[in-house]
Amino acid sequence: MQQLTAKERMKIPRNPMVEQDPNERNKNFLEVNQGYTAQMAQEEAMRCLACPKPSCVEGCPVHIQIKDFILQIAEGDFLGAVHTIKQDNALPAICGRVCPQEEQCEQVCVVGKRGEPVAIGNLERFVADYEREMNKVEIPAVGSSNGKKVAIAGSGPAGLSCAKDLAGMGYDVTVFEALHQLGGVLVYGIPEFRLPKDIVAKEIDGLKQMGVKFVTDTIIGRISTIDELMEEEGFDSVFLGVGAGLPWFLGLPGENLIGVYSANDFLTRVNLMKAYKFPSEDTPVLQVEGKNVAVFGGGNTAMDSVRTALRLGAKNAYIIYRRSEVEMPARVEEVKHAKEEGVQFLLLTNPIQFNGDEEDWLHSVTLQKMELGEPDDSGRRRPIPIKGSEYDLDIDISIIAIGNGSNPLISQTTPDLETSKRGTIVVNEETMETSKKGVFAGGDIVTGGATVILAMGAGRKAAEAMHKYMSDKA
Amino acid sequence: MYKIIEARFLAENVKLFEIEAPKIAKKRKAGQFVIIRIDEHGERIPLTIANSDMEKGTITIIVQSVGKTTTKLNSLEKGESLLDVVGPLGTPSHIEKVGTAVSIGGGVGTAIAFPTAAEMKNQGNYVITINGARTKDLVILEDEMKALSDESYVTTDDGSYGYHGFVTQKLQELIDEGKKLDLVLAIGPIPMMRAVAEVTRPHGIKTIVSLNPVMVDGTGMCGGCRVVVDGKSMFACVDGPEFDAHLVDFKNLMNRNKMYAKQEHDALEQYNHECKLDKKIETLSD
Ligand SMILES: Cc1cc2nc3c(=O)[nH]c(=O)nc-3n(C[C@H](O)[C@H](O)[C@H](O)COP(=O)(O)OP(=O)(O)OC[C@H]3O[C@@H](n4cnc5c(N)ncnc54)[C@H](O)[C@@H]3O)c2cc1C
Ligand SMILES: Cc1cc2nc3c(=O)[nH]c(=O)nc-3n(C[C@H](O)[C@H](O)[C@H](O)COP(=O)(O)OP(=O)(O)OC[C@H]3O[C@@H](n4cnc5c(N)ncnc54)[C@H](O)[C@@H]3O)c2cc1C
Ligand code: SF4
Ligand code: SF4
Ligand code: FES
Repeated sequence: MQQLTAKERMKIPRNPMVEQDPNERNKNFLEVNQGYTAQMAQEEAMRCLACPKPSCVEGCPVHIQIKDFILQIAEGDFLGAVHTIKQDNALPAICGRVCPQEEQCEQVCVVGKRGEPVAIGNLERFVADYEREMNKVEIPAVGSSNGKKVAIAGSGPAGLSCAKDLAGMGYDVTVFEALHQLGGVLVYGIPEFRLPKDIVAKEIDGLKQMGVKFVTDTIIGRISTIDELMEEEGFDSVFLGVGAGLPWFLGLPGENLIGVYSANDFLTRVNLMKAYKFPSEDTPVLQVEGKNVAVFGGGNTAMDSVRTALRLGAKNAYIIYRRSEVEMPARVEEVKHAKEEGVQFLLLTNPIQFNGDEEDWLHSVTLQKMELGEPDDSGRRRPIPIKGSEYDLDIDISIIAIGNGSNPLISQTTPDLETSKRGTIVVNEETMETSKKGVFAGGDIVTGGATVILAMGAGRKAAEAMHKYMSDKA
Repeated sequence: MYKIIEARFLAENVKLFEIEAPKIAKKRKAGQFVIIRIDEHGERIPLTIANSDMEKGTITIIVQSVGKTTTKLNSLEKGESLLDVVGPLGTPSHIEKVGTAVSIGGGVGTAIAFPTAAEMKNQGNYVITINGARTKDLVILEDEMKALSDESYVTTDDGSYGYHGFVTQKLQELIDEGKKLDLVLAIGPIPMMRAVAEVTRPHGIKTIVSLNPVMVDGTGMCGGCRVVVDGKSMFACVDGPEFDAHLVDFKNLMNRNKMYAKQEHDALEQYNHECKLDKKIETLSD
């Protein structure tokens, strides 16, 4: 490996991600980011200073040995790098794409103090893609069967990572999924242009090869209660990774007009049910082509919705957010991409009412301007309405993307499962064990809507504690 | 895959299926439904579980063809399969012993009302059933309803069979005769349910309807199935599908159900066209 001084390393500019042209990609559903070449990855790896105490590792919620894997990339050992990552992260091809790196690993990278941080996420993605594209993905060794059965509810990142670890330890693992397709938000929420569904499918294939059983169309709580799983169906332990699937609405007049969608409804129709191919796919979505579409919210879900609307041919696609851009919870890259693609941002603006015609079709939204006041509980400056600033904007479709609460299906059917006031499942944070013996939980159902990496980390933490629980029990 | 064990038409465009789904058969309660998907390209559509047979491990659904998915479904035969069947969904009917309970079914609504009507009887109520259809050939489940009822009526709009008139007229007659009705369940087209609600409202008779908004997941995840009840948004797939008829905003439901009318119309046209082509090709190659 070429020996460079720290100064020389700092001079290398960050390698930008190769992207589809904004005016092309806003008309197709292909992935926006095209990934690094091997050469780009090695160049980027050269920028890392190999800090003796790497702060990046602390910034990663699952403490990937970032310095080590970047060194391996610099040396051209791409497979070694991906193996290093996989010690801590079961889903690197996914996290490399969707992690909010700018608030995690890259935020604290020392190179970023002076210029742009090392592109840790892009590198993580590169090696994971390399491994997959070269067909070098090794199915993890599976411990000899220990005869114990585990049930996992939900096939999102929390459930999948928990399943992977437990299968590796020799457990007989069954994942139950409510929908007809596996992957949770990774398939029904996050669009193809950000996370190709093939990648999720490959991860799941790997788990199948490890012997994990998947049962779709199965809603735990309805078809089998948790007690029935443990008492009648012979499961020794249960993990709940059921996500935060209960869309919040704004509670404004006119919210039930035709044309007012929740982001979940809109994205599920388009992503999971492929409504963009209607009528060769049977599920419809309202015609977006030539229409004015407003998306309310400032998170990833809002960006995904508005960019999906653009790709379906929206004439005007707006993000309407009541705070300013700095407060937006979305990944910085998504906001940048949305702007490049032609999304219009109406910031410091809040809806107060949806207006429709006699037949209940939405035709406009009444908006109000806001200004920022003192910081609120979240530490962000509180938006305050400006009196007399109301105006109407012509809108055919509105998509509400202000977050999700906890779906109560499981808690309603499991009275002895402790939940918080917000409806999330209460766990011991060290072990992810719930108030119910042998039942563990993790991911969005515990934290409220959060991130893929946190859900994945929680699934793995729970797997370890479940292993201990079942070993002690025997 | 969920195998079709039995399939037969009950009336024109109304078909009964028994489908192998042992776990659902064991768990389901009156008032609950399943969501099915015929094949990989299929839409997810909700259908009430009309009956179940635990020993055979089957559930019964009764389907009226109205659009592409239901038309395609009703072309399936015994031995074929559905790709997905998920359930039981929805909150089961809360039926108690109240005295006299009336079950009103309009069209395929009779099938949806059937399990709840049976539950009314199980709970020890005096059960009156009124089953309406446009014309004689469309009357379904007459014997089944009669068997569980203390009094049963069939009405036809055109008078070709049974009572000549709408179900609401028959209901009004019962009230006018001075019968003390304690509970009314009405399931059928939205205008019918709304009309029943108006008949019972002045008399303060508790009235339940089963709402049929467009659904996707059936688990409370999408919010597409929201209906306005007592001025509040409810998710029909988890909070319902049964609601207090006197509190439902029927106009909003009726309008919302037209949301995809254009797309649905085009899809059905195309489907029928393709079917005709297929048939043509078949006859040509014979
Ligand atoms: C549109 C959108 C974009 C996002 N973008 C990002 C991003 O860029 N970066 C990021 O880090 N995070 C993002 N997130 C958040 C991230 O996707 C979630 O935090 C993460 O998926 C949570 O994982 P999970 O495993 O807890 O739950 P989920 O992914 O929600 O999976 C839960 C699964 O459980 C199933 N289920 C629910 N109830 C039951 C039941 N009773 N029985 C059986 N199965 C059940 C559900 O159908 C679902 O498949 C985004 C979220 C959305 C909605
Ligand atoms: C809880 C519930 C129980 C039902 N039970 C029965 C039953 O037992 N038997 C029966 O014949 N029908 C039942 N329905 C109605 C049935 O789901 C619709 O007729 C069917 O979805 C129409 O699909 P389609 O493609 O054939 O028609 P389309 O042409 O798509 O639509 C015709 C009409 O059906 C409604 N509809 C369309 N898509 C959906 C959808 N995904 N979900 C719900 N409604 C939709 C709309 O109002 C539309 O105007 C029930 C509906 C609900 C909500
Ligand atoms: S998992 Fe996320 S936070 Fe951790 S190193 Fe990878 S991109 Fe950074
Ligand atoms: S903090 Fe930045 S420079 Fe230091 S080891 Fe981590 S990635 Fe390399
Ligand atoms: S069908 Fe999606 S919430 Fe009811």
